[in-house]
Amino acid sequence: MSLKPLTAKEVTTKVINKEPLFILDVRNESDFSDWKIEGESVKSINVPYFDLIDGVEGIVDQLPKDENILVVCAKEGSSKFVGEQLVEAGFGQVSYLSGGMKAWSEHLEPVKIGDLKDGGSIYQFVRIGKGCLSYMIASNGEALVVDTARMTDVYEKFASEQNLTIKYVVDTHLHADHISGGRKLAESTGGAYYLPPKDAGEVTFEHEELIEGNNFVVGNTTVEVQPIYSPGHTIGSTSLIVDGSYLLTGDILFVESIGRPDLAGKAGDWADDLRETLYSKYKNLSMDLIVLPAHFSQVSELGENGQVKAELGELYKKNEGLNISDAERFNKTVSENLPPQPNAYQEIRQTNMGKIDPEEEEQREMEIGPNRCAVHG
Amino acid sequence: MNINKTVDAKGLACPMPIVRTKKAIDEIESGQILEVIATDKGAKSDLTAWAKSGGHELVDSKEENGVFSFYIKKG
Repeated sequence: MSLKPLTAKEVTTKVINKEPLFILDVRNESDFSDWKIEGESVKSINVPYFDLIDGVEGIVDQLPKDENILVVCAKEGSSKFVGEQLVEAGFGQVSYLSGGMKAWSEHLEPVKIGDLKDGGSIYQFVRIGKGCLSYMIASNGEALVVDTARMTDVYEKFASEQNLTIKYVVDTHLHADHISGGRKLAESTGGAYYLPPKDAGEVTFEHEELIEGNNFVVGNTTVEVQPIYSPGHTIGSTSLIVDGSYLLTGDILFVESIGRPDLAGKAGDWADDLRETLYSKYKNLSMDLIVLPAHFSQVSELGENGQVKAELGELYKKNEGLNISDAERFNKTVSENLPPQPNAYQEIRQTNMGKIDPEEEEQREMEIGPNRCAVHG
Repeated sequence: MNINKTVDAKGLACPMPIVRTKKAIDEIESGQILEVIATDKGAKSDLTAWAKSGGHELVDSKEENGVFSFYIKKG
């Protein structure tokens, strides 16, 4: 037997299909506890590779004999090093994660959410390793992309396979957890890049303004995309209603949590706006809308085929963040005891404003780790 | 600082900087200083964690133009 590579796409399929997977993660303990591959059917143990340089004898008892073992590290070098030793020690089904956690962080899985009323479809691009969700609304040869990830080639390839021209690129807010691919995608496809004006005050490049009331039409007259000003995560945060059926909430409302109001500056600044959006503006919308957020934080939020979605009415019943009746307690919940801020979030915001332009390798490093954009009630 | 041995791991990717460091530390005495020069960005957190788990002390580190230098006192 020999050591085999497993791609991030293949691992994603296993996680979504809930296939059993045993992971030996050989990164150091702090990296592992910060961020790892998770899934309902995933079991993982962490033994740093530097404890295995002299051999794997010390851990063979902790490893399954007759199951697939996936060795994971930051880039892949150390996982190959450890994987080869496991093969030599007699383990028959050993693979390593091709490209390591870097590749895991960058993989985008396109998942169809549904068909639109007069033709066309809406797709969710699941960035499983980082918990980011972006969208493509496609109709009659045209497409609008929402909250584009840095790996713009994935959207371009998808659009070209379906004979779509990317006409509009929209960010629901100025992102702090990942580098937006919006500008790059718009430049490359000749589309127009829209940003909410209240988030774009310091943006250094040309762009269009995303404003409530200025609807988009994708594919001649078939699909309408309606911006709804909904501040809270940032002052400019704007949601989109697609085809009267879907509510793209950005980082305001998630399936199991709500947005955090502190990533653009001082904690608590926008807590009142967030409450206003969640407890009054969204309440006036149709409860049948399907909420499509820009993030998930736990793999339990991945539904059938990896989709992340929920009916707005259901969320008003189940999501704890929508059920804090006392305004003061709400403000406390979203301003205090927040999770750590995302890795390099200030540099990421600067990059998204066009103020700095890091090399690609540096951009990768800045994005490593979980998104941490949510407040769990 | 009196450096007793130097490992040049420039241009090497994981796991080689640590493999070389481990070998070199076996060749010096307790209390002596090992200098490790590396360009791999992961080297810093890994060397710190490795030194801690092995009972060694990372006494100093610096970065100049993408080249990292680490000074490890053998435990």
